[in-house]
Amino acid sequence: MTGPADNVRLTISLRVNGELIERETPVRKNLVDFLRDDLGLTGTHVGCEHGVCGACTIRVDGRSVRSCLMLAVQADGCEVVTVEGLTASGEIADLQTAFVQRNALQCGYCTPGMLATAADFLASERPRSRDAIREFMSGNYCRCTGYQAIVDAIEDVARARAGQDTP
Amino acid sequence: MPMLNMRVSSPAALIDINRIETLRGIEDRPDCVRVGAMTRYVELQESAVIRAHVPLLAMALPLVAHVAIRNRGTIGGSLCLSDPAAETPACCVAAQAQIVLAGPSGCRTVAAEDFAIGLYETERQPDEILVEVLFPKAVSGRIFFVDEFSRRKGDFAIVGLAGSIRDKGSTVNDPRLVFFGSDNRPILAHAAAAAIDGRPWSDAVRQAASESLDDDLDPMDSIHASANYRRRLAKVLLSRVITRALAS
Ligand SMILES: Cc1cc2nc3c(=O)[nH]c(=O)nc-3n(C[C@H](O)[C@H](O)[C@H](O)COP(=O)(O)OP(=O)(O)OC[C@H]3O[C@@H](n4cnc5c(N)ncnc54)[C@H](O)[C@@H]3O)c2cc1C
Ligand code: FES
Ligand code: FES
Repeated sequence: MTGPADNVRLTISLRVNGELIERETPVRKNLVDFLRDDLGLTGTHVGCEHGVCGACTIRVDGRSVRSCLMLAVQADGCEVVTVEGLTASGEIADLQTAFVQRNALQCGYCTPGMLATAADFLASERPRSRDAIREFMSGNYCRCTGYQAIVDAIEDVARARAGQDTP
Repeated sequence: MPMLNMRVSSPAALIDINRIETLRGIEDRPDCVRVGAMTRYVELQESAVIRAHVPLLAMALPLVAHVAIRNRGTIGGSLCLSDPAAETPACCVAAQAQIVLAGPSGCRTVAAEDFAIGLYETERQPDEILVEVLFPKAVSGRIFFVDEFSRRKGDFAIVGLAGSIRDKGSTVNDPRLVFFGSDNRPILAHAAAAAIDGRPWSDAVRQAASESLDDDLDPMDSIHASANYRRRLAKVLLSRVITRALAS
């Protein structure tokens, strides 16, 4: 972002994927740009930059948020988990396998956001129907797959985690 | 943030109010429910106090955007932004909420009904901050409703309707109808309400309500929907919502 506060910088400290980080950052830098450019965590993608596409979805203090709608300085003192962190912890290993098996990605641009949102769905108490999955995922855009395969993959994992066979 | 990202706005100073604790929280007071401006949608959605005393808001929240947006978006932000299609400001009008603003010369209270004055324009002066919203507690014996037409689940409404009627069998009683998405701000539909108040919900009354709505609404034209289309949808919505409310 360029603008009036370009030269103003602040030092922030936050935990990213479990690791304590202290960095100086321009006050108007978006969290997603901070994660990608300063920390090299390029798993989080930037699509629309106004909250609509979901490609930049990450977890802040246990809740999923759009990292394009937060400034890096607002994450000071927060616990941030990106798709790299979700991968390292093994929380979404089954989901990632299901995405591959169901062909739920083509170009892969939307995938990190899809995984982060799907992880949220699977951690919630919501009903496991396809309609519920579609509704929950409706804030994430995919320009390739047509969504069917993504819903298939999430449904597989929901069933497997509930101890049911996949159809 | 979208306004900053799209360079629509580039203010010299930006104040982060996230850490002002007194702007947060849902409080069950004897005479009202107090909601701090920084209270997030997700907190409202998870609140038993809101479910019990401001049922209309509880019903509307699932219609607002998506989980990741509701995890960050606040009631104060929504009211101050004053998007004409937003559900929350319309529910505040329908629920007869009071909005508390603080400025250099102290606090003042504005009825939600008078708060939005134009497209993205509110009563709030540039040197004022929205502090809290006070909701009168819902009285028993009223039926609340909110519904909307949107292109996809979670999208802003093309036209929406929030409100309530008194529970009186098959007769419409004391309706309060607030349309959003149609005009440049939430509209309290006085004429349509007068046309149906105290009447049985017959085809003739339904027709009269539809016609009166033309006096209440002055729908916007946009790439998403023409004014005529919005007017038509508002009528369909009114008919459906009242029919459903009476059947409940
Ligand atoms: C993809 C997407 C979809 C959305 N869909 C919907 C939808 O379907 N329905 C809906 O209702 N909304 C929707 N929204 C809007 C969203 O719900 C937020 O309410 C809105 O963006 C305001 O966000 P915020 O609370 O973070 O406020 P901010 O964005 O931080 O603030 C908005 C404006 O209000 C000012 N402001 C904020 N708080 C105060 C205060 N306490 N006092 C004075 N000024 C203040 C800010 O300076 C700014 O000008 C959507 C948003 C996105 C990004
Ligand atoms: S880049 Fe953040 S939602 Fe699209
Ligand atoms: S796989 Fe290409 S955008 Fe989803």
